[in-house]
Amino acid sequence: MTPGEIKAVILDILEGIAPDEDLSGLKDDVPLREQLELDSMDFLDIVMELRKRYRVQIPEDDYVNLATMNSTVEYLAPLMKDLS
Amino acid sequence: MSTSAMPTYDTIIIGAGMSGLAAGIRLAHYDRRVCILERHTTIGGLNSFYRLGGRNYDVGLHAVTNYTPKGTRKGPLARLLRQLRMSWDDMSLVPQLGSTIAFPGVSLKFDNNFETLAAEVERQFPAERDGFRTLASKVVDYDDLNERTAAGSARQIVSQWIKDPLLLEMLFCPLMYYGSAREHDMDFGQFSVMFRSIFLEGFARPWQGVRVILKHLVRRFKELGGELRLRAGVDRIQTESDRATRVVLSDGTELEADRVLSSAGWVETMRMCALPPGDQPAARDLAPQAGQLSFVEAVSVLDAQPRDLGCDRTIVFYNEQPTFDYRKPDDAVDLKSGVICCPNNFAYRQPLEEGVVRITALANYDRWQAMSADEYRDAKLAWYERMVASAARYVGNFRPRVVATDTFTPTTIQRFTGHVNGAVYGAPRKRMSGTTHLKNLFICGTDQGFVGIIGAMFSGIAMANRHLLSGGSDADTAAATELAAQESL
Repeated sequence: MTPGEIKAVILDILEGIAPDEDLSGLKDDVPLREQLELDSMDFLDIVMELRKRYRVQIPEDDYVNLATMNSTVEYLAPLMKDLS
Repeated sequence: MSTSAMPTYDTIIIGAGMSGLAAGIRLAHYDRRVCILERHTTIGGLNSFYRLGGRNYDVGLHAVTNYTPKGTRKGPLARLLRQLRMSWDDMSLVPQLGSTIAFPGVSLKFDNNFETLAAEVERQFPAERDGFRTLASKVVDYDDLNERTAAGSARQIVSQWIKDPLLLEMLFCPLMYYGSAREHDMDFGQFSVMFRSIFLEGFARPWQGVRVILKHLVRRFKELGGELRLRAGVDRIQTESDRATRVVLSDGTELEADRVLSSAGWVETMRMCALPPGDQPAARDLAPQAGQLSFVEAVSVLDAQPRDLGCDRTIVFYNEQPTFDYRKPDDAVDLKSGVICCPNNFAYRQPLEEGVVRITALANYDRWQAMSADEYRDAKLAWYERMVASAARYVGNFRPRVVATDTFTPTTIQRFTGHVNGAVYGAPRKRMSGTTHLKNLFICGTDQGFVGIIGAMFSGIAMANRHLLSGGSDADTAAATELAAQESL
């Protein structure tokens, strides 16, 4: 997967979690928590969706990388590069 | 070696109420093999519905509490929608018109805008203005996920800020009626949760009643591959050392699961666990743990809209004395206080077809339970008339417009929910952790500690995440909490 495809995956997960949100204006460099009021249960859901859909395992110590869209894509790029 | 055709599940959930269904959706969404067992022919548990004489009736809470408008991102409703992947519109919630707390000589109006209540308090109790604001700010700050053990007496804590005993009683009245399993007092944690859900958030109801929400949950659960079995009452949970091994249904069917999540109530679930011989005192010890608070509800269907008869309030909490006596009454019904709900008085686009007035009052399970069939039938009729007469002071005399009635009692509640003593809010002591003496048996719902329709669903979600899905271990949660709390990078 390319970084662009990974971003599309994250957006799809976010759209599933918050179907009422308009994600078109989401800023890639601003924390998701700030923009969408995501709480700890939501971040766990992002982790679990990635595990469910792509078998990507994210250790607890790495959750910090999920703060913004940019940091998430950057972190996931090496983990998901071989996925199609 | 397994030759039997016994189905094996990752999780069996006992009870298809709000909490069981919400937990089931979480598990099925993450591809767990999950089965919900429901004793009755219909879903809903404490918040259900039935049909009688060609009419639909709701049972359970009069309104959905924790209402926040579409677009709100904080609070239990918003969090619940994200967890269940639901849109705000799926709940079909319509906000209340306005409610009242009526005590002798003074009443407080409130609605889904907190400033309405704040202004009423200021008008009726000018000296309490600042104290009330302080109380509200303390309640906002209370963190129900991290301070679950705030078990101090709410009466004691709140009286630091509210000095007028009458106002104190008036504020406690709706909060206790809508969620306290404890007599006379509440834990401060529970008080805060209820204060927010009723005064800071608010009331709403779907036009078609609570069935819309239940049906949505069931449809979602089944679409995700979950299995729902109705008329599947659990007789016992078989155990082996510190684990639940099998669930045995009343018809003898045995089901196997790695884990069991019960929404049947704490005492009720413990009674299902087959105790080894010699452990019998344990069963006796359970009796004092059961809740005592139950209710009678008198439902009247009218050939007029309540507002045309002078009743424009959504809910009226009334009390005939300066102090509010929230405890099991000596008599079959306590007429000193009650809650009147007009399901018509929500901001619907089109009115309900018929007028409905539901009157709820505290009741004594033992009295109702001891009656013969004839006595029971007579008592239902007699108490219906008395309750309607008491409520007339607050909502006018609608008696001449009644076209149908139904009354349900603590024994009805016991029969349809399985709750010991018909205790609507379950046992006074809540089990916030959801854990039991068995490593793979957990509880959710009323006795886990969240109440109301949103609270019940939230309980199912929280327990499913914590105990039944891998993402929910303490380490996961701590890491995610830290991330969610980060100010910015």
